Amino acid sequence: MRRQILKGLAASALALATLPALAQETVKVGLILPMTGQQASTGRQLEAGVKAYMAQHGDKVAGKKIEVIIKDDTGVADISKRLAQELVVNDKVSVLGGFGLTPIAMAVGPVATQAKVPAVIMTAATSVIVEQSPYFVRVGRTMPQMTFPIADWAAKNGVKTAVTLVSDYAPGIDAEKFFKQRFEEAGGKVLDALRAPLASPDFAAFLQKAKDLKPDALFLFVPSGQGATLMKQVIDRDFAGSKIRVIATGDVTDDDLLNSMGDSVLGMVTSHDYSADHDSPENKAFVEIFKKVNNNMRPNMMAVAAYDGMDVIYRALTTTKGDANGQKLVDAMKGQKWMSPRGPMEIDAATREAIPPMFIRRVERKNGELYNVEFEATGPIKDPTHK
Amino acid sequence: MLTILFDGVAYGMLLFVLAIGLCVTLGLMNFINLAHGAFAMAGGYLTIVMMNRYGISFYWGLPAAFVFSAILGAVLERTLYVHLYTKSHLDQVLFSIGLVFMATAVVDYFMGANQQTINLPPALEGRVNFLGASIGVYRIFTIVLCGLLTIGLQFVLAKTRFGSRLRAAVDDGRVARGMGIDVTKIFALTFAVGSGLAGLGGALSTGIISMDPTFPLKYMIYFLIVISVGGTTTITGPFFASLLLGVADVAGKYYAPAVGGFIIYTIMVAVLILRPQGLFTKASR
Repeated sequence: MRRQILKGLAASALALATLPALAQETVKVGLILPMTGQQASTGRQLEAGVKAYMAQHGDKVAGKKIEVIIKDDTGVADISKRLAQELVVNDKVSVLGGFGLTPIAMAVGPVATQAKVPAVIMTAATSVIVEQSPYFVRVGRTMPQMTFPIADWAAKNGVKTAVTLVSDYAPGIDAEKFFKQRFEEAGGKVLDALRAPLASPDFAAFLQKAKDLKPDALFLFVPSGQGATLMKQVIDRDFAGSKIRVIATGDVTDDDLLNSMGDSVLGMVTSHDYSADHDSPENKAFVEIFKKVNNNMRPNMMAVAAYDGMDVIYRALTTTKGDANGQKLVDAMKGQKWMSPRGPMEIDAATREAIPPMFIRRVERKNGELYNVEFEATGPIKDPTHK
Repeated sequence: MLTILFDGVAYGMLLFVLAIGLCVTLGLMNFINLAHGAFAMAGGYLTIVMMNRYGISFYWGLPAAFVFSAILGAVLERTLYVHLYTKSHLDQVLFSIGLVFMATAVVDYFMGANQQTINLPPALEGRVNFLGASIGVYRIFTIVLCGLLTIGLQFVLAKTRFGSRLRAAVDDGRVARGMGIDVTKIFALTFAVGSGLAGLGGALSTGIISMDPTFPLKYMIYFLIVISVGGTTTITGPFFASLLLGVADVAGKYYAPAVGGFIIYTIMVAVLILRPQGLFTKASR
């Protein structure tokens, strides 16, 4: 009898001992995305990008099953922080990801640091973010990476004077600052730097002011998903007729919105790392599977960042042979190099910052649809602000 | 600077058409309908769908948006709003803000979360020179249309039998009922017209700005500013308030871009301190 009990105890002890190991078979990835509110279109694209990646690569890597948990923070930083805590404490996620806006990433930083959980930044683009936590890894891109190429291009193509118009929030101010810095180093002059409130529905006054200053070019930046309103009013104000070139970062001619902007944006020049039109086998496969699993939606730069974000997580798990320890995962993410739908991607081993390829593109009509067609590759650019 | 003035007036006119329905329900029917913007959004999206999916002309989109939003308003008034006329203002606010969130979710589900725009007919595009200032044709179109609407509304309210019945119903519903005026019907009709005007405003604004599911929330603040500055007892009050805000907003952003965004709020605060009953309303007895 006693033997029996002892045996039973031993068996249950054994069972208990193996339990954590069993739980470890699943690696949970907690994504904090703005699925509703102002940034909802960004959240939608990010979710769709993750879905496309999982459809293409399955949910198993290095012997582990990947479980993705998506939480909606409505684009409000306080909520993001609470959700991050819940994901870490209750759901025991091994990796955090997403983050639609800079303040959101900033709010989540301390949580990632304390919990020693890697946080993969897909959207937020202010340079300083990755310095806020040693567990931040960025797969998107930063403001200077986007603005330097277009500033260079403008200076090289006969633009002597420019006016900048940006949304009045951290990345907008970054865009303004880096455009001015680079453009003036190249001998150009920024006549005025205008900032429109983030929720501004009517840009009339700012655009008229820009037009009256008679620059060679007007540089625009608004968050992805909000370019349609701005471009509508830019076209309405007839800058072309005043011989003012309109240039922007790729956020303005977002793939998500481009088709609805109409032929008036034809010929507009922008800089960015991703266009759905990018000519490579990786991108063709990506666009195809993305459209298939997402109701024929066209991927934009958010979708590709989410796709690459999942890729980095899978790659890191492969490197650690399935070990989901936070420090080991971050270390494994550093220095990863791969062929993304955007082109060759790298995570800077020293700064955990993305090093994406950059392109100058022009809006053209292809197969009946509007696309940003890349015509000049500027190569990968390291973020210049990190020491 | 004439261009700035014109832009401001056009923006103000647009605000007026968007907000006038709310003035009517709030001022005349004493009902706080924060979901007003949702009717504007319905009109805007209807125009977008008609133009982009079915290729119907913009000129048909405008009346269609009016009719669609008016019917939507009438149906909701009969089924939902009618139960809340006698409830407290807090109930009305909570109810209508709930409607806003539902409208946002519904539009998000069917239309997607991204901004959607239309391409105006060529006749309304471009710019013309007027006294040396370059003015967008569409802004002139907006000003003329909204101006005509205002005159029409003022006429209906002040000169027609319906107008006097409405004013009677508002002044004292019980007595009006006793005099044989069908107050319920008048309120339903007024509500429908107010919603229809919002729909028309929404359709008109697709030509300048774009539609996205957060439209009712984004614009709620502007409606409320127009009403608090203009008062709710007349049509002329909100009309001049809209113009003042439109011009102040655009001119402020032009001449002082750093503080431009705050100017309309400053005006609102000043008006609320100096004339809490509204800029164009006689002080209450």
